[in-house]
Amino acid sequence: MNEALLRELTPVVIGVLVRRGVDFASAEDAVQEALVSALRTWPSKMPDDAKAWLVTTAWRKYLDQVRSEASRRGREVAGAVEPPAGPAPEADDSLWLYFLCAHPALSPSSAVALTLRAVGGLTTKQIASAYLVPEATMAQRISRAKARIAGEPLDRPGDLATVLRVLYLVFNEGYSGDVDLAAEAIRLTRQLAAQIDEPEVSGLLALMLLHHARRASRVDAAGRLVPLAEQDRSLWDTALIADGVAILQAALSRDRLGEYQAQAAIAALHADAQTAAETDWVQIVEWYDELLRLTGSPVVQLNRAVAIGEADGPRAGLAELATLDPALPRHAAARAYLHERAGDLEQAASLYAEAARVATNAPERDHLTRQAAQLRHQLRS
Amino acid sequence: MKYLLLKHYRGGRPDGTFDCPPMDTWKPEEVDAHIQFMRDFAVRLEGTGEFVDGQALAPDGAFVRYDGEGKPPVVDGPFAETKDLIAGWMVIDVDSWERAVELAGQLSAAPGPGGEPIYEWLEVRPFLAMPETVTE
Repeated sequence: MNEALLRELTPVVIGVLVRRGVDFASAEDAVQEALVSALRTWPSKMPDDAKAWLVTTAWRKYLDQVRSEASRRGREVAGAVEPPAGPAPEADDSLWLYFLCAHPALSPSSAVALTLRAVGGLTTKQIASAYLVPEATMAQRISRAKARIAGEPLDRPGDLATVLRVLYLVFNEGYSGDVDLAAEAIRLTRQLAAQIDEPEVSGLLALMLLHHARRASRVDAAGRLVPLAEQDRSLWDTALIADGVAILQAALSRDRLGEYQAQAAIAALHADAQTAAETDWVQIVEWYDELLRLTGSPVVQLNRAVAIGEADGPRAGLAELATLDPALPRHAAARAYLHERAGDLEQAASLYAEAARVATNAPERDHLTRQAAQLRHQLRS
Repeated sequence: MKYLLLKHYRGGRPDGTFDCPPMDTWKPEEVDAHIQFMRDFAVRLEGTGEFVDGQALAPDGAFVRYDGEGKPPVVDGPFAETKDLIAGWMVIDVDSWERAVELAGQLSAAPGPGGEPIYEWLEVRPFLAMPETVTE
C-alpha cells in the first residue's frame, strides 16, 4: 500500500477530470471517493498502473454521481458523459489547484481543509481527526468551501500570499492526530516550489525545514515544552538544517526579500549556533528589523524586543517592550523572561504567573507556571 | 479555534424582569419547542462546518471529592442552588472569538414559556490549543 503515491496522484487526477470538462466540485468529490476505495482495496491488490486505476475509478464515481443526479430529476443520462477516447493529458501541473483551494474568499479553516483534501490527497476522516472535529462537520466545511468558489476561473494565477498562508497554517498546526501535518505541509510546499519560481515559496519551505529540524528537542520525555535556549542541540536534524539553509541561501541571492525568507533567516541563525550562548543575536535583531519593515506586525515587534534583550542586555529589551501594547499575546511572558535575566526575580515570578493565566495553549501555560513556581521557590530558600 | 458554550440555568432579561421558571413547570409543547431549537441549532452548525459536540445534562448530580487514603469519596449533593447547575454544553470550532459570541447569542435566544426567548446566560470559554510550531 503506497499512501504517499496516492496523495501525490490526487491533485493530478483531479486535473485530469477537470480537463475532461468536469466541474471542480464534482471532480474533487469523485477523486475523494476513488481515494477512499483505493485505501480499501490497494492493500490486497495493488494495480499495475496506479494513476490509470485512479482516473478510471474516479471517472466511474463521477458517472455514478451524474446518473443518480439525473434519476433524482427523472431525466435520462445524455451521451455527454461517455468517457472520451484517448489517454489523459500528461500536464500534471497542480498550481491552479493550490490557488483555487486557498482562494481569498475562503476562511482560513476552510481553505486549509480544502487544500489538505484536494491538493494533499488526505481523506475527510484524516483531516477531521487532525483538527479534532467530527467527520460530518469537516465534510460540510469542505463542501461549503467548494460551493463558495464554484464558478471561479481555474486558469488564472491567484493570490500566492494566501496559498503560502494556508501552508504555513497547516505546518503550524503541528503534530496532532494520526496525520503528520507538519510533514504534509513541507511536502506540499516543496511540490509548490517545484512548480513556481518565487523566492518566498523557497523562504517558506526553508522556514519549515529549519523548524522541523528541531522537532525532537522541543518537548522532553515527560511531554514538557523545552525553550529554545535549553534544547538539546544534538537532537537537531542536521540534514534538514543543511537542506533549509541551502534553499534559503538560493532564495536570498535573488534579492527579493519577503517575510518568510526573513523568518527563515532568523531560524537559520539559531540553527547555526552550537550552543545557545553562541547565538548571533546582533544579526538576529537586524533580521527582525527587516521583518518589521516588511510586515509592521506588533508580534514581530515583541519578538524583536526579546532579541534586543539578548543582544544589548535585558534592560534594553525591557525598554523596547515598554513601548509596545501590553495586550499583545505573550507580552507578559516576554517581560517575565527579561526581568528574570535582569535578576528581578520577584517581579519575574509574578509576571510568569500572569503570563500563565493568559496563555492560549496548555504546554506553554504549564511551562510558565513552572517558571513562576521555580523562581518563587528559589526566592524562599 | 474551539470554544465551549456552557448552558447554566440562569435567565437574565435586559430589564431584569424575567427570570426563567424551571423547565418542568413549562407546557409540554414549550419544552418540545425548546429542545427542537437546540437540535436545529446543532444541525445548522454541522451544516456550516462548525459543530464539534454537544450534550444535555440531567439536573441531578453532585459534587464529589477525594477524602483521603482508604476512605470513600465525599459526595455533596444534590445541588442546593440552581446557579450550580449546568444544563448542557456544546463545543464549536470557529474562525474567531467574534463568531463564537455571535453563535452563543443565537443559542441564548432559545424559546421558553410562551415562546419567548429565555435570555439565558451562556458561558463561552476558549479551549487551550496546541502550541504552534513556529515560535520565534
